[in-house]
Amino acid sequence: MEWWLWPIALFAITFAMGIVAVLAGVGGGVLFVPLVGAFFPFHLDFVRATGLLIAMTSALSAAPSLLGSGLASLRLAMPLALVGSVTSIAGALVGLALPTGAVQVALGCTILGIALLMWRGGRSAHPEVPRPDALGVALRLHGVYHDPALGRDVSWQVHRTPASLFVFAGIGLLAGMFGLGAGWANVPAFNLLMGVPLKLSVGTSGMLLSVVDTSAAWVYIHRGAVFPMLVVPSLIGVMLGAKLGARLLRASPTAVVRRIVLAVLVIAGGRALLKGFGI
Amino acid sequence: MAPIEQRIYARWLDIGTRVGLAMLVVGFAVYVFGVLDPHVPREELARLWTLPVDHYVATAGAPTGWDWLRHLGKGDYLNFLGISVFASITIVCYARIVPTLLVEGDRLQLGLVVTQILVLLASASGLFF
Repeated sequence: MEWWLWPIALFAITFAMGIVAVLAGVGGGVLFVPLVGAFFPFHLDFVRATGLLIAMTSALSAAPSLLGSGLASLRLAMPLALVGSVTSIAGALVGLALPTGAVQVALGCTILGIALLMWRGGRSAHPEVPRPDALGVALRLHGVYHDPALGRDVSWQVHRTPASLFVFAGIGLLAGMFGLGAGWANVPAFNLLMGVPLKLSVGTSGMLLSVVDTSAAWVYIHRGAVFPMLVVPSLIGVMLGAKLGARLLRASPTAVVRRIVLAVLVIAGGRALLKGFGI
Repeated sequence: MAPIEQRIYARWLDIGTRVGLAMLVVGFAVYVFGVLDPHVPREELARLWTLPVDHYVATAGAPTGWDWLRHLGKGDYLNFLGISVFASITIVCYARIVPTLLVEGDRLQLGLVVTQILVLLASASGLFF
């Protein structure tokens, strides 16, 4: 196959990923690494670096409007992003130091775990927080945002902040190691663990992702793992696809798309496992 | 309404992402249309992108750390300008809200922001490379 066909194929698949990611409510990064890692000839080092840059730029591009409208909270993201960015750097260093086969196996297990989490995971639009914890109060992790769909202000506060710091440390480690982005884990952690309303969880997840992925991205950039011929077509593909996906959102059967994404993740995760075992 | 420091952060982030995207698109056009010769010949890409990163760096003589700055006259490494703008915006945005937090006297948030800036700067500097 001619070399120039690969970037074109990459653009096509990332365009489709951008659409599907919006319709299924997942980040593009979580699809990019397993799919491109499994079915394209690029070494996993470059795939992870590209996946991380895709997740980072997508999150950075979406964050201004979310922060400006109050649908993301900088104050909520800050302590968790700090913990996550430290561990994401560690994750990137570990990921680049491990043999490719070991990373493939770990990636396969992680992807299958994500599929399970997506399959089993519940969501709560407005979780109840009976009593905020002391650390959350000290960090002033509470506030009010305006929900345009409800047409009213929604107040929020958090609990289980200390446990959340550990969870976000783990999420950061995985994000840095595999370049997966981390919306798949951030949103349930905010929503189900800390009791943050779902809309604010989704918005703040993007903000947090932009900081965590930035920290790890520099490790890959300095190592020389960035191929512009892979990164730029992928970025443009995901961004354009996400724009089209947002337009299709109202008319699309999102439950069906979500099931397709689950199936794709299972196949890609299984393929990564097989590659890791040299099969 | 969102807190003042959040609105400032959002405004600077918006400007930064627009600049980064513009630089990325222009840089890639220069690369693809061959306006500047690339450091790594395009015909070599299909062989090189199958290698682990350390082998690729050794084989292609690809720059690591901040050495790409010396190759900005090459089409492929020109793209690193846009990429590094995206990877630096967060540091700039955090730094921009420091004066606001100082005025507000919010020491805890200020401590978090300053620590975050240090972590990001350490990573961007190549300390962990």
